[in-house]
Amino acid sequence: MSVQLLADLSVFVLSLLLGFEVIGRVPTTLHTPLMSAANAVHGIVLAGALAIALTAEGVLGYALVFVTAAFAAMNVVGGYVVTDRMLEMFRPRKGER
Amino acid sequence: MTTFDTFDTVIRLVYLAVACCFVLGLHLMNSPVTARRGNLLSAGAMTVAIAATAVVLAGAETVRPGAWAALATGSLLGAAAGLLLARRVRMTAMPQLVSLFNAVGGGAAALIGVHDFAGRGASLPVVLDVLIGAVTFSGSLVAAGKLQGLLPGRPIIFPGSRLIATVLALAVAASSAALLAGRGGAPALAVLGVAALISGVTLVAPIGGADMPVVISLLNAFTGTAVAMAGFALGNGVLITAGALVGASGTILTKLMADAMNRPLRSILAGGFGTGDEAKPAG
Repeated sequence: MSVQLLADLSVFVLSLLLGFEVIGRVPTTLHTPLMSAANAVHGIVLAGALAIALTAEGVLGYALVFVTAAFAAMNVVGGYVVTDRMLEMFRPRKGER
Repeated sequence: MTTFDTFDTVIRLVYLAVACCFVLGLHLMNSPVTARRGNLLSAGAMTVAIAATAVVLAGAETVRPGAWAALATGSLLGAAAGLLLARRVRMTAMPQLVSLFNAVGGGAAALIGVHDFAGRGASLPVVLDVLIGAVTFSGSLVAAGKLQGLLPGRPIIFPGSRLIATVLALAVAASSAALLAGRGGAPALAVLGVAALISGVTLVAPIGGADMPVVISLLNAFTGTAVAMAGFALGNGVLITAGALVGASGTILTKLMADAMNRPLRSILAGGFGTGDEAKPAG
């Protein structure tokens, strides 16, 4: 097992454990916004789309980069914007409280 | 022991800070008071991560002009489509939009696996990435279609669904084994991809529309795992962290959502019975 793989595996397992704990107390009203927020976080796949552009060549390679980047950008931008719109509803209006 | 130069060190430290912000951002979602701040923190960290990766790309000097063009046009088109949909959608239509965004995320992860396969051949992360990414792509599209009313919301039961499931599982197992043994090449990857896409459909179609939010949450966790696998394939730590975080928190959230609906997760996934949809009189 290479040093890199072992390091990656450690990060993966510890991140899984962290993920199991991090949202433990979420109230029912926040379930859908949280789902949407987590959906936006895996939009980090856009960084992966950038990374494959490093070695892409040929028409097929460029086409793959194009579709991957379009999918990932849609995930990340749409994900954060729609989550913010959901959470706007939780903002206390002026005059309340 | 290899050491990084200053540039690489800075980039990796930025990735570490970004990963911490993702964790904090999700944690702040535990309370309605801090939830919006959490989402903004997460979005800010995402912007930094993408910018840092773009800097790496610009510094590499090996990126071909065609790849830059494909990347720029693809990102701009995708971002514009995402922004437009997210702004325009009615509040009631939000779950299917989340499912659509989840589908394209899974699709992007699967395509990264395909690219890595074309460049360096098959590996376990690549096989898992393509498998999970393709399942979540088609499955999320079916879920979105059901909620949007493009597909019937009632459970869709195929005749011989057991046989279909067995054939699909065999196709996935055989093509994965061939790929990992270093044989099969592109045709084996194609079989894996197609079998995974069909599996996504057969997995979600038998589940009633009322259970869709729980299913979308589960598929969301799948996408996170696929992204983590893409991170293994690319050797990119921030993809691994963020993907694993979503994979695990999405699984817990799925459980919480199923509990809140008083529906055991197992009976939701079995599909086809006990749903609110079925109780309605036919026709």
